[in-house]
Amino acid sequence: MQVKEFKPLIVAFCCNWCSYAGADLAGNNRADYPADVKIIRLPCSCRVNPMFILKAFQKGADGVILCGCLPGDCHYTSGNYYTRRRMAMLFSMLDFLGIERERTRVEWVSAAEGAKFAATMNDFVATVKALGENKRLEDLRCKK
Amino acid sequence: MQRIGVFVCWCGSNIAGTVDVKQVAKALENEPGVVYSTDYQYMCSQAGQDMIVNAVKEHRLTGIVVCSCSPRMHEQTFRKTAAKAGLNPYMVEIANIREQCSWVHKDMIVGTEKAIILGKAAVAKVNLNAPLTPGESPVTKRALVIGGGIAGIQTALDIADAGFEVDIVEKKPTIGGKMAQLDKTFPTLDCAACILTPKMVDVAQHEKIRVFSFSEVSEVSGFVGNFEVTIKKKARYVKEDICTGCGACVDKCPVKKVPNEFNLGMDNRKAIYIPFAQAVPKVATIDPNACNMLKAGKCGVCSKVCTAGAIDYTQKDELVTEKYGAIVVATGFEPISMEKFDEYAYSQSKDVITSLEFERLTNAAGPTQGKLLRPSDLKHPEKIVFVQCVGSRCASCAEKGKEYCSKICCMYTAKHAMLTRDKYPDTDVTVFYIDVRTPGKNFDEFYRRATEDYGVKYIKGMVGKIVPEGDKLHVQGSDLIANEQVHIDADLVVLAAAIEPDKSARPLATMLTASMDTNDFFTEAHPKLRPVESPTAGVFLSGACQGPKDIPETVSQAGAAAAKVIGLLAKDKLLGNPCVASSDENMCNGCSSCANVCPYGAITYEDKEFRMPDRTIQVRRIAKVNPAVCQGCGCCTVTCPSGAMDLRGFTNSQIMAEVDAICK
Ligand SMILES: Cc1cc2nc3c(=O)[nH]c(=O)nc-3n(C[C@H](O)[C@H](O)[C@H](O)COP(=O)(O)OP(=O)(O)OC[C@H]3O[C@@H](n4cnc5c(N)ncnc54)[C@H](O)[C@@H]3O)c2cc1C
Ligand code: SF4
Ligand code: SF4
Ligand code: FES
Repeated sequence: MQVKEFKPLIVAFCCNWCSYAGADLAGNNRADYPADVKIIRLPCSCRVNPMFILKAFQKGADGVILCGCLPGDCHYTSGNYYTRRRMAMLFSMLDFLGIERERTRVEWVSAAEGAKFAATMNDFVATVKALGENKRLEDLRCKK
Repeated sequence: MQRIGVFVCWCGSNIAGTVDVKQVAKALENEPGVVYSTDYQYMCSQAGQDMIVNAVKEHRLTGIVVCSCSPRMHEQTFRKTAAKAGLNPYMVEIANIREQCSWVHKDMIVGTEKAIILGKAAVAKVNLNAPLTPGESPVTKRALVIGGGIAGIQTALDIADAGFEVDIVEKKPTIGGKMAQLDKTFPTLDCAACILTPKMVDVAQHEKIRVFSFSEVSEVSGFVGNFEVTIKKKARYVKEDICTGCGACVDKCPVKKVPNEFNLGMDNRKAIYIPFAQAVPKVATIDPNACNMLKAGKCGVCSKVCTAGAIDYTQKDELVTEKYGAIVVATGFEPISMEKFDEYAYSQSKDVITSLEFERLTNAAGPTQGKLLRPSDLKHPEKIVFVQCVGSRCASCAEKGKEYCSKICCMYTAKHAMLTRDKYPDTDVTVFYIDVRTPGKNFDEFYRRATEDYGVKYIKGMVGKIVPEGDKLHVQGSDLIANEQVHIDADLVVLAAAIEPDKSARPLATMLTASMDTNDFFTEAHPKLRPVESPTAGVFLSGACQGPKDIPETVSQAGAAAAKVIGLLAKDKLLGNPCVASSDENMCNGCSSCANVCPYGAITYEDKEFRMPDRTIQVRRIAKVNPAVCQGCGCCTVTCPSGAMDLRGFTNSQIMAEVDAICK
């Protein structure tokens, strides 16, 4: 029997000023990473409502990664500190629900770190692939 | 329902090489709202843009999706194209299918698939886009400078020379700040007064500058371009516009034993005083705590001798309100109190002094007319010990000292030591130091001159204790290089006290909603790229209020802050970023969560009347975002527990729609 290769669905939230620019730089340098990653651009990592992440999981995403500027470098000075604390809360809730911790990740990528962006995505995709499909949070009613 | 046009760019072969652009255009044709979909070699070219303009007209488009390179590259271009076609520029979204697709994926099928999904997400977003208009606000073409030290003086002069009006608010009776108290200045050793006082005169004579001396800021409202500031002019009991500064009152005042702040209490002044000969404004001030007339209603001598009739014992504090377009903070620094440093016997012996006191002792206009005499017995000190880093770089003594390096002390101690040896070659001078830090232009050369040419002894190590014994000060220290204890019987000890921000800085920062670090230094908007702006729009930083600085650095920052202010005041109108937060007044419960996280203080509250279904009126507290102040980070939207706060251009529903489209 032939097993179809599992292609995870990854949503990446990136802040406009550093991590989105880092992703652009990865592109400029042709540093490839899997096409499973789809980026949504936001002004700052602190714009990410934990609801967006839960929504992505509910709709069938297998992994969600949130990227912002390096600590201390947020364009809005303190946005990513809020992000860090909010995500810590979300993580403990996901832990409580029994959702694998590795499916959600926060990474700080500067606008100069194209290579780091690609490496992070490669690593994250590999991690999520190893975990397999997100079954627990996926809402089957959302499936056609 | 929107009528959306999709424009897929080939970017030559940059995109078309890995993405089947025709297939992308075709796949997006059937997305909800899309009425037109096409592809073209170079969308950003004139021909490509014309194509968009024509399509908008022909298909009556209300929204545009461009599948192309990064929005960081061409978002502005396509917004302008939309405007040319008569559309609101914010009805454009870009799907990044170059940097984040064709350039990072090698396989045509994979790349095309992903490009379609990114295109769908952009279409889903545009379906929810709304036209946005940047707010406009007028600019009051006048600046306020708070603090009249060298920082404030330089900033004010630079702004005024560019043709704008400037007001300086200085809390002391005269401008000049710390520099007015210094004797000579490193690294060139020119006399501080010789280079400062001409600038003070320029300030006094500049037709665009007004000085509110002996005044403080008591209230600030408004925002960039439109601040309203209330200034408290403290009563000085002398009519400023009439007083000629002749000093006749000072000569005749019978109250003689008031410690003189300008000389740091090392001599006395009268109850009516002019801080120093070159004060600006040169106006007398009465000290109400010392004046017999004000305390007991007896005396009145000054009023009798004042031929100009300037004395007014009934003067009251006066509040004036002024409008400003920009505010510059230049509140400077203070040496920290030495009271807690008992080991150095500062409070036990008059001959243990701070470096600023040393400046006054060597200053020709100081308490000893510039002769180096020790305070206790006015004898010439033969052995002087300088102790550096007193209270600086002191992680373990946070309750009395500071963790940071005060930056200027190495240099001014070298200066003091050198000048002492120059004027009194028979004096024995020793400096205790942890490190000597001299990273400025001509700084290390200066320090080496002190050791090599002037024979100042530098000992690496700290002083543990100073014990007054008879008329000597027994200094116990360690020499870390020789690895031995050092004992010196000194006549005078000079402590290089750490410096800290002025005590008034924190309440001022609160009024301005400007942020500060844990040490109460004002923080800059960006540590590397926006070093003279505060994160609060329209508030700028100049001088040592932002961090320890010497005069050359202070003056450069002062000029840079002025340039930023001039750039702002040169505009007639400020165009805001329309992607700002706004709160739905029907949902907001006035909880203040949003205001607590806003880094810019953009959110205020107001009581508003709501007409209820039963025709009663209810008053509720609701959040109001000032669009001129909001920078659009979106932090408040996530914090809001009632879902009232949303960010224009990146609304909750828009982001959710993108998530949906990607996860479909
Ligand atoms: C002992 C000593 C020796 C030094 N020697 C040298 C030297 O040789 N060479 C050199 O380059 N640098 C030297 N410096 C450093 C120099 O003094 C500073 O770089 C300079 O004074 C900083 O200027 P400033 O205007 O930022 O601050 P300040 O000089 O502190 O001026 C701030 C002004 O703001 C006013 N103010 C404060 N708060 C308020 C308020 N809330 N409202 C209104 N007004 C307010 C203050 O009254 C003051 O007039 C020395 C410093 C010390 C302590
Ligand atoms: S009233 Fe008398 S005591 Fe007061 S300042 Fe004038 S002369 Fe001095
Ligand atoms: S957080 Fe939400 S509910 Fe609370 S004041 Fe702000 S807008 Fe209103
Ligand atoms: S702007 Fe990048 S994290 Fe805030």
